[in-house]
Amino acid sequence: MQEKVHVSGGTALSEQDVHSGEIFMTEDSLDCAFAWDTGVAINRYLTELKNGRIIATECRHCNRIMLPPRLFCELCFKPSSGWVYINDTGVVNTFSICHVHWDASRIKEGEKPYLPAVIEIDGASAGMGIMQLLGEVEPEKIKFGMKVKAVWKPENERTGSITDIKYFKPI
Amino acid sequence: MSKRVAIVGIGYSGFRTTSADLSYREMIFEAATKCYEDAGGIHPQSIDSFVASAEDFMEGISIADEYVPDQLGAVLKPVQTIAGDSIQGLASAVMQIKTGQQSIVATSAFSKVSNLSHYEHVAAYATDPAYIRPLNEHPYFIAGLEMNRYLYETGTTREQCATVVVKNKYNALANPSAVYGAKITIDDVIGGPLLSAPLGVLDVSGHLDGAIVLLLASEDKARELNDKPIWIKGIGWATDTPNLDSRIEGLGTAVYAKLAAEKAYAMAGITTPGNEIDFAEVDDTFSYKELQHLEALRLCGPGEAGKLLELGCFAATGDLPVNVSGGSLGVGYLHEANGLQRVLELVLQLRGEAGKRQLSGVETGLAFAWRGVPTATGAAVILSNRP
Ligand SMILES: [Zn+2]
Repeated sequence: MQEKVHVSGGTALSEQDVHSGEIFMTEDSLDCAFAWDTGVAINRYLTELKNGRIIATECRHCNRIMLPPRLFCELCFKPSSGWVYINDTGVVNTFSICHVHWDASRIKEGEKPYLPAVIEIDGASAGMGIMQLLGEVEPEKIKFGMKVKAVWKPENERTGSITDIKYFKPI
Repeated sequence: MSKRVAIVGIGYSGFRTTSADLSYREMIFEAATKCYEDAGGIHPQSIDSFVASAEDFMEGISIADEYVPDQLGAVLKPVQTIAGDSIQGLASAVMQIKTGQQSIVATSAFSKVSNLSHYEHVAAYATDPAYIRPLNEHPYFIAGLEMNRYLYETGTTREQCATVVVKNKYNALANPSAVYGAKITIDDVIGGPLLSAPLGVLDVSGHLDGAIVLLLASEDKARELNDKPIWIKGIGWATDTPNLDSRIEGLGTAVYAKLAAEKAYAMAGITTPGNEIDFAEVDDTFSYKELQHLEALRLCGPGEAGKLLELGCFAATGDLPVNVSGGSLGVGYLHEANGLQRVLELVLQLRGEAGKRQLSGVETGLAFAWRGVPTATGAAVILSNRP
């Protein structure tokens, strides 16, 4: 099969041809910075993460405890009914074992794979959870429905970011 | 295809230079809630589909489309985003109803430009990377080139352009949603700092955050939802070549506006727009654009807009009030949401709900939006309170 593949005439361009100026390219890099207003709901969520707590909002119309918290219920289309603190424990809904970094470069020999997971948080409505990393666990030991707990950064290192939770570990 | 389409709900929020207290989701939710309440308290479950207008770079999110549903009540519904001015999005919503595909459609647009640290970078990225961007100029230089050529070709004066600013900022004083209202003089505008001559700082509209949501319905549903439906009589849009140096009729003329309006006029059965349009909300991103656009839209003859403006024809009290809302110069510049801001003013006026700035006896209005430099895209819509 392979030898039948026909490449039409000419010589393929190499990366070097591009960099040496053999062919014309025009280069420019985008320099644009954003600072997004987090708004009422996410502002409170991040503030509470800094305090080492997870907060959700409640919709009394559809009886959901919504996480991450939102100011309105996207299903009932009504303002949320109030705030509720929930636990920092939950179960693994789904997970993946990542062998590449964000830029698709492969992890190095001996480097541990990243373990992103959706954690259904105890106290939030079924199926509602947060995206986080798993830690202190061997990839092959991760199970669906595995009970986990948040491992927080020390208080003085928290910044009001989702990374104030370092990862979730099995309990 | 003959189905009539009406605007049956309007809602808006923000209209401030910053809106740090609300996320874009929360700001749009407020506008959507007001819109649905205005349409007889409809629940979004009863809305068939949703059309947003947005530009990813302005929001700082690739595929901003995917972030549309929640705040409109559009989860698990047909949703699409038009990368264009919100009158282009409105056109898409109208077509969904005209084809019989949907009966009730919401359309939305918003600006959170205050979240963009350097608008200039995004604006610069709109120019061609090979043969414009290396000149390394602020993209407003294109407006300077357009203005200069327009003045040269038509004999319109610098003072007449400044009069647009004076008029629109004055009109804005009667609009509680307008943040750039002011009582200034022609000398203030001309004597202000220059940007790219002849364009000065005061010739340019200022940025604004805000969200607008409209609800559209087919004729059979419209009267159930609102006892003052505002009818879409005609809509059109057009784009010229992107080549700044070889626009079909040069930089002095807004051909895109002419073509967009002719489509809308034909659909509305309008042959003499100057007589049949009672008032207009027309793009005034830059002062000269209002005059250039009025001529392209055939609301006056070529080269006449400046003189008619001086005679007071386009004032709120004139024969053809233009930008009685204050326009972009008075209300503020909402980027892709500009079109819906102009449509919003039309609806308020045609319903008789425009408060202190209410025009008397208006039946038919035209809104025209342009996508700003370096684009040559315009969209026009004609609304009436008579079906
Ligand atoms: Zn709910």
